[in-house]
Amino acid sequence: MSTTLWIIIAAAVATYLTRVGGHLVISRFDHIHPRVEAGLNAVPAAVLTTLVAPAALGAGPAEWAALIVAAIVSLRGGLMAMFLAGAAVLILARQFVG
Amino acid sequence: MAVEAISEKSAKSDFWDGVRLSMPVVVAAAPFGLLFGAIAVDNGFSVLEATLMSALIFGGASQMVGIELFGQHVAPWLIVLSIFAVNFRHVLYSASIGRRIAHWPVIQQALGYFVLTDPQFAVAERKAEAGETVGFAWYMGLGLPVYVFWAIESALGAVFGKLIPDTHALGIDFLLPIYFLGLVMGFRKRPLWLPVVIASAAASIVAHKTVGSPWHVSIGAAAGVLLAVILPPHHSGVEAKR
Repeated sequence: MSTTLWIIIAAAVATYLTRVGGHLVISRFDHIHPRVEAGLNAVPAAVLTTLVAPAALGAGPAEWAALIVAAIVSLRGGLMAMFLAGAAVLILARQFVG
Repeated sequence: MAVEAISEKSAKSDFWDGVRLSMPVVVAAAPFGLLFGAIAVDNGFSVLEATLMSALIFGGASQMVGIELFGQHVAPWLIVLSIFAVNFRHVLYSASIGRRIAHWPVIQQALGYFVLTDPQFAVAERKAEAGETVGFAWYMGLGLPVYVFWAIESALGAVFGKLIPDTHALGIDFLLPIYFLGLVMGFRKRPLWLPVVIASAAASIVAHKTVGSPWHVSIGAAAGVLLAVILPPHHSGVEAKR
């Protein structure tokens, strides 16, 4: 087998371990400490924020406008509405500010 | 018999409920699937290898990083380690979602963890938070379309990659952050949401500037989670729930 194939298979196994590993470790404890539970509850916002913040900081006015509009729409509308609004503002703004 | 028929019917409608929720994810991920395929071939992957990578790893950001390093002829073990680092956040998803799907048969759980992506986790977690049961049919309805389209788009991108016009004007490179912001906003009713978001944003920005990508994801996430752990439980709403 080629090296590329080995890289893909090894990376796939490593990735699956990250997806099943957290559960395998946590399920060994039958009582979850309140602080651990508080930490777990914070996970989604904590992780997803790291996928937005540095990208937002490194972007320009067009991207900022898109994020602001998307955030405002998300206060009222659903995920799809906010996504489409953000994408529309982004495409439109980039025609002017590149 | 009657009960079986009813549960089969509800499983079917649960599945389609999941499919409906998967559509924004499919749309948001499409450009990245195509882009990944195009970049992969550009960096020396065959069409088959690019498709296989998407079908086996199913993690967009990590695949992009892997391809980038492959193109730079970085040592294979380092490529695998980098993909592992980018995907390490799934450990947290896994620990969290494990509490919601522990009632499934083991095989179903094993499949469920395979499709545990960022949006999969966010949408499933939100359903659990609303007090609803996360069922296997619904969960797969959410995950399967994303998976199937991701593999197909990677193949298409690999075949037709060089035909994509001006990706910048189409905003393709910034669609994912917008989508992720929507997911973050979806959790705004949780206790400690704002402090966690501020801590993670600050830490990830600093880490991005100092340690560099992809470590800013793990470091930023750790900062937010740590803050939630350190703050007294009565702030985090855990005590009140019991």
